[in-house]
Amino acid sequence: MIDFLLDQLAPFLQTALRMGSPILIATLGGIICEKAGHLNLGVEGMMLMGAITAFMTAYNTNNIFLTLFAAGMAGLVGALIYAFITVTLRANHTVTGLVLSIFGAGYATYIGSTSAVGKSIADKTNVVNAIQDIEIPYLSDIPFIGPVIFGQSIYFYLGIAVAVIMYLYLKKTKAGLNLRMVGENPGAADASGINVALYKYIHILAGGFLCGIAGSFYSIKLVRTWTSGPTAGDGWIAVALIIFATWNPLKAIFGSFFFGVFKGLQFKIQNVALPVIGTIKPQYLEMLPYIMTVVVLVFIAVKKKRENQPPNALGAPYFREER
Amino acid sequence: MKKKILAIIVAVLMMATLFAACNGSENSGELKPIAKEDMKIGFLYIGDIGDMGYSFAHDQGRLALEEAGYETVYVENVPESSDCASRIRDLIENDGCNVIYATSYGHWPYVVEVAKEYPDVYFGHATAGSEILAENLPNVTTYMGAVYESRYLAGIAAGLETKTNKIGYVAAMALPEVVRGCNAFTLGVRSVNPEATVEVIYINSWYDPTAESAAATTLMDNGCDIMAQHCDSTAPQTAAADRGLKSIGYNSPTASFNPTSYMTAPLFHWDVFYLNDVNSIVDGTWAPRNYWEGLDAGMVDLDECINMADSTKAAIEEARAKIVDGSLYIFSGEIKDNKGEVKVAAGEKMAAEDIWGMMWNVEGVIAG
Repeated sequence: MIDFLLDQLAPFLQTALRMGSPILIATLGGIICEKAGHLNLGVEGMMLMGAITAFMTAYNTNNIFLTLFAAGMAGLVGALIYAFITVTLRANHTVTGLVLSIFGAGYATYIGSTSAVGKSIADKTNVVNAIQDIEIPYLSDIPFIGPVIFGQSIYFYLGIAVAVIMYLYLKKTKAGLNLRMVGENPGAADASGINVALYKYIHILAGGFLCGIAGSFYSIKLVRTWTSGPTAGDGWIAVALIIFATWNPLKAIFGSFFFGVFKGLQFKIQNVALPVIGTIKPQYLEMLPYIMTVVVLVFIAVKKKRENQPPNALGAPYFREER
Repeated sequence: MKKKILAIIVAVLMMATLFAACNGSENSGELKPIAKEDMKIGFLYIGDIGDMGYSFAHDQGRLALEEAGYETVYVENVPESSDCASRIRDLIENDGCNVIYATSYGHWPYVVEVAKEYPDVYFGHATAGSEILAENLPNVTTYMGAVYESRYLAGIAAGLETKTNKIGYVAAMALPEVVRGCNAFTLGVRSVNPEATVEVIYINSWYDPTAESAAATTLMDNGCDIMAQHCDSTAPQTAAADRGLKSIGYNSPTASFNPTSYMTAPLFHWDVFYLNDVNSIVDGTWAPRNYWEGLDAGMVDLDECINMADSTKAAIEEARAKIVDGSLYIFSGEIKDNKGEVKVAAGEKMAAEDIWGMMWNVEGVIAG
């Protein structure tokens, strides 16, 4: 049993957590945006803009800080377009978000096919080594937990840190309280003297920055060559996870690793004959996280627990004159 | 009332003449040889040419035609839906194409649909051999590379280089093309190393770097020390390189991406078919056929072999020579499936159509 835990379960969980890391960062980006009352379906687009920008920056500079910063800024630019259209011009959030996803994919493909195809960052060792899985001294020697939690890349630690900071920000700071108010009732926030548009802009842009960083994972860690659309729909999983986590950054940690576990599980057990049921078709396992999202949605709709509800003004353009 | 009936009759007559006029002007009704300078060739790709995989490889074929002096156009991201039919019509009517190549399996119903409307346009469709031939159209040919021959050679490399006798194989979907390739690979592995097994994980997608990477990592966790793949990104190769293990790519030469761990890759040379086909249009010998050529025609190949012992390279060259001269037929008996049942009796050779539609795994394949 102990052998099983060490030899099979530990590497499996390590993979699951690695796969969940970028999804966690993107989910957090989506949460902070939705907390400002803005439904942003453009997560996938911002991730792709981050992915291509990270790849080009890594290729040209071989500097990990510049690479991650540039990826974040690319996502931020995508979010800026979204923010201008939805906050200033007050357009429909759903449509604008979808358009941003399509725009981001097109942008990445265009830049990719004109200047990145056929290039590799395998020899950009500063970047490649910086995002390898790091074994933290001493801690990674702890049996089982060591390799799973302390043998991850910076994306994992970044995701956890941002989740905790975001949770504290939302719950414990005045700015966080104001932000929640903007998302729940922008009219009341406005009346109490909060600059609604400013709050919306800042948090939508911050969300875009996180999504951009999440996108860089795929191009510079997972593939290291440019192939178009490297995120392959993970941005949409993040959109589902925002709901799954009930807009709570700490639950997003659980949610994204839950997705990672199920994504990993379909590979782990598709060749294993289980007792009683035999082999399970991987398609069923692939469905499971999505079914869980639907279940969670039904659950929060039925239970009506106040802290699990979406921000009240989510998706509603705010017209100051209509207060 | 009379006026109404008259109006309807006139309308019907007008429509009829209109249609007749259309048909008359667009369809001369038969295929004629086309001079090189009058030829315009349209390509339809399922992805974009930056995928470094399937569409990229076809586009290399298109570029070879350009180099040979043919005029070409291409459309990327053509979905496998009725959109495909409108893209083909667009290529014919607005771009003036008189030769069309559709490259993805799911394009075939739309190729058939449009080919019936334009009997004077030449069509080629990759990968859906039996479906296209069943339609029996005079202006549609079908083509594919017998890449399983290259996979057999890649299997020899894996079989000789593995130390754990476990080889990992990240596969896209359980379709005959994938199963056949994996079987040929496994036969190659076991021709030099009967102890070795090939563990397969299906990711249910042609292109999903996250899934490909996770599947490769899972296989390596299970003890596999060489990664092979039948999916479109380089993620399995990157995952292997990160663990210091060796890998075999697919579709395009990617040695420069992981220079210390990449061994080789089965490749297509689509230009071999494209040049052959357009030349036959020029000289008037074109006829619908099921073009399914392998190593001997140069339609498929194995990339340059690196990161392996010289004896391994020699074994690959020996097998290649035997396949080319016909003395080695990959699917010849005795072949058992992975449940122990004899599928091809000793001394027998599997027929081409059975190989084409193969859906069982050979002995040595571990797949659910």
